[in-house]
Amino acid sequence: MLAILKTALRAIRRNILRSFLTMLGIIVGIAAVIVGVSMGTGAKAEVDKQIASMGNNLLIVFSGNMSRGGVRGGFGMQPSLTERDYEALRREVSGVVGVSPEVRTTVHVAAGNQNSSVGVWGVSADFAEIRSWRFQSGENFTEVDVRTANKVCVIGKTTAATLFGEGADPVGQIIRIKNAPFTVVGWLAAKGANAFGQDQDDVILMPYTSAMKRLSGDTKFRAFSLATESAEVMGDVTNQIATLLRQLHQITPDKEDDFSIRSQQEMSDFANANNRIMTILIGAFAGISLVVGGIGIMNIMLVSVTERTREIGTRLAVGARARDVLRQFLTEAVLLSVVGGALGIAAGYWLAPLLTKFAGFPTLISNASVVLAFSVSAVIGIVFGFFPALKAANLDPIDALRYE
Amino acid sequence: MPAIIQLEDYCRTYRNGSLEVHAVRGVSLAIHAGEFVAVMGASGSGKSTMMNTIGCLDRPTSGRYLLDGVDVGALNRDELADLRNRKLGFVFQGFNLLARTSALENVELPILYCRPAVPVREQVRRALAALELVGLSDRADHYPNQLSGGQQQRVAIARALVNEPRVLLADEPTGNLDSRTSIEVMGVFQALNDRGITVVMVTHELDIASFAKRKVVMRDGLIRTDEPVSHRLHAPEALAKLEAEQKSVHLD
Ligand SMILES: Nc1ncnc2c1ncn2[C@@H]1O[C@H](COP(=O)(O)OP(=O)(O)OP(=O)(O)O)[C@@H](O)[C@H]1O
Ligand SMILES: [Mg+2]
Repeated sequence: MLAILKTALRAIRRNILRSFLTMLGIIVGIAAVIVGVSMGTGAKAEVDKQIASMGNNLLIVFSGNMSRGGVRGGFGMQPSLTERDYEALRREVSGVVGVSPEVRTTVHVAAGNQNSSVGVWGVSADFAEIRSWRFQSGENFTEVDVRTANKVCVIGKTTAATLFGEGADPVGQIIRIKNAPFTVVGWLAAKGANAFGQDQDDVILMPYTSAMKRLSGDTKFRAFSLATESAEVMGDVTNQIATLLRQLHQITPDKEDDFSIRSQQEMSDFANANNRIMTILIGAFAGISLVVGGIGIMNIMLVSVTERTREIGTRLAVGARARDVLRQFLTEAVLLSVVGGALGIAAGYWLAPLLTKFAGFPTLISNASVVLAFSVSAVIGIVFGFFPALKAANLDPIDALRYE
Repeated sequence: MPAIIQLEDYCRTYRNGSLEVHAVRGVSLAIHAGEFVAVMGASGSGKSTMMNTIGCLDRPTSGRYLLDGVDVGALNRDELADLRNRKLGFVFQGFNLLARTSALENVELPILYCRPAVPVREQVRRALAALELVGLSDRADHYPNQLSGGQQQRVAIARALVNEPRVLLADEPTGNLDSRTSIEVMGVFQALNDRGITVVMVTHELDIASFAKRKVVMRDGLIRTDEPVSHRLHAPEALAKLEAEQKSVHLD
């Protein structure tokens, strides 16, 4: 075995440039596998982090039927969720630790001589807990604030920075929304961008009663957010909500629901669908490149078999069996592709961080992808090296010895 | 004592499409252990064809070939390879050394295909011993392109000897060598023959054939004459004579 490896190394070194050019296809293909998989893994990790940042065991009830207009199309169309629904959810659904309605409006906000256009979310006191918002300072508004529609709010990191300057604690300050003074009671900790790339920290949360009465004039909600006690009860809670809302909205079995219930998992799957397409495209590119690389190896191995026909004849004459010759050339092909694979992996390790740095793609190289890439390159060597090796092994010793 | 090489009405016909070439047309020949046979004959008379069969690189079209009592015609490819590995040593006209591979590694080559495998230490020991036998132990690390033609052929002989074969086969071993190195190579053959190794070689040159003990002449695929060598040459004397001649040319 050692001798086989030595001969193989010698054959590769003899034509170092040719060997390298042969490996190039494999190098490119394997590098593409590494980078492509790392982009997929990186993007998925990012999405998972963002989805997790939305809260634990989260269910969202959207108004409107999403199976008709797609997820985004259905977002808040024809609001159908009412205060009565909210009260019923709070009262009758079991296995739930928090419920919040949701209205949204975009308003002009001023503080001192700074002003900004910001999205206001009208929610209940449970909302911060349900969506895992932490407070940098101050605290959440209370149930009492909600009941009396007080002019209080909590503001996100980006909004605070715009209105009061980077890092300044806004708690206790007054901001003016539509000329009404609102007291800032809490400063939200940063969350970063969401799965669709929007800044989640440019936000003002306030009691939904205040938002509806004083700002938007809405009477219905676009959504409810609920947190369940555990992941296990999510299915059961979903059924309870659906039954209850159908009853309240008088939806008979022959009619479509005017609401949709989504779990965190479904939202994460949706966000990952885009990544999957990208991964498939890169995978296809890598696959083509690997096949081309494999054909390159086959080609060069055929040349090598021809060049070394006399050597093969000599080996056969001194007692090599067909399988010894086969093993020799197969080893050479596998060595070529595996060295190419190793170089490709190195190139991938080098390229992935560059991609993150210059194109902003999140990348994550997993050990599994390295093992996969390495195995793939070995398999390519075996598959594409087999035919030339077989050709060598089946040479007639006399013809081979006499070959000019 | 049974012959080590026994051909019985051996024929070999090459078939190229519809064309048939009768290269050997019925040869019966027995060579016993310890013989030194030179095969001669015009070009195309079937010498190489017969050597290939004796060397188990090829099988008879008809007739029988027994090597050490074993009918080679009944063996498969792998069994032939094993016979070549254990019982036969080849020396070629073109040396057939592996390029960019040291003399020692070239000599080790047949050991790599031994079954069961030989430990590396033992491999090196045996290869060095074979190089010693042909007087090249000081060139073990040299590559073929750093050796003269005669030295290369001696490396090839060491390679043929390394598995201690019963028979050494050489097809025109001196074809690419000048007269002096040819005599040197014959010296190696005679020394090996004296140690009991059977030697069969093909040659075109009469004086080279005179180093053998028996001379077989072929024509048109048949053996024409088969007789002992009458005035056998001995390498050391031939070499001395040649040197004297060359000296006189220089002095004149
Ligand atoms: N592979 C082959 N296919 C067809 N014919 C062949 C083949 N090998 C040899 N022959 C023919 O068989 C005959 C004997 O060839 P062989 O090589 O045995 O001659 P030879 O005595 O060794 O000649 P030389 O002294 O020139 O080496 C020749 O007529 C040759 O053309
Ligand atoms: Mg010949």
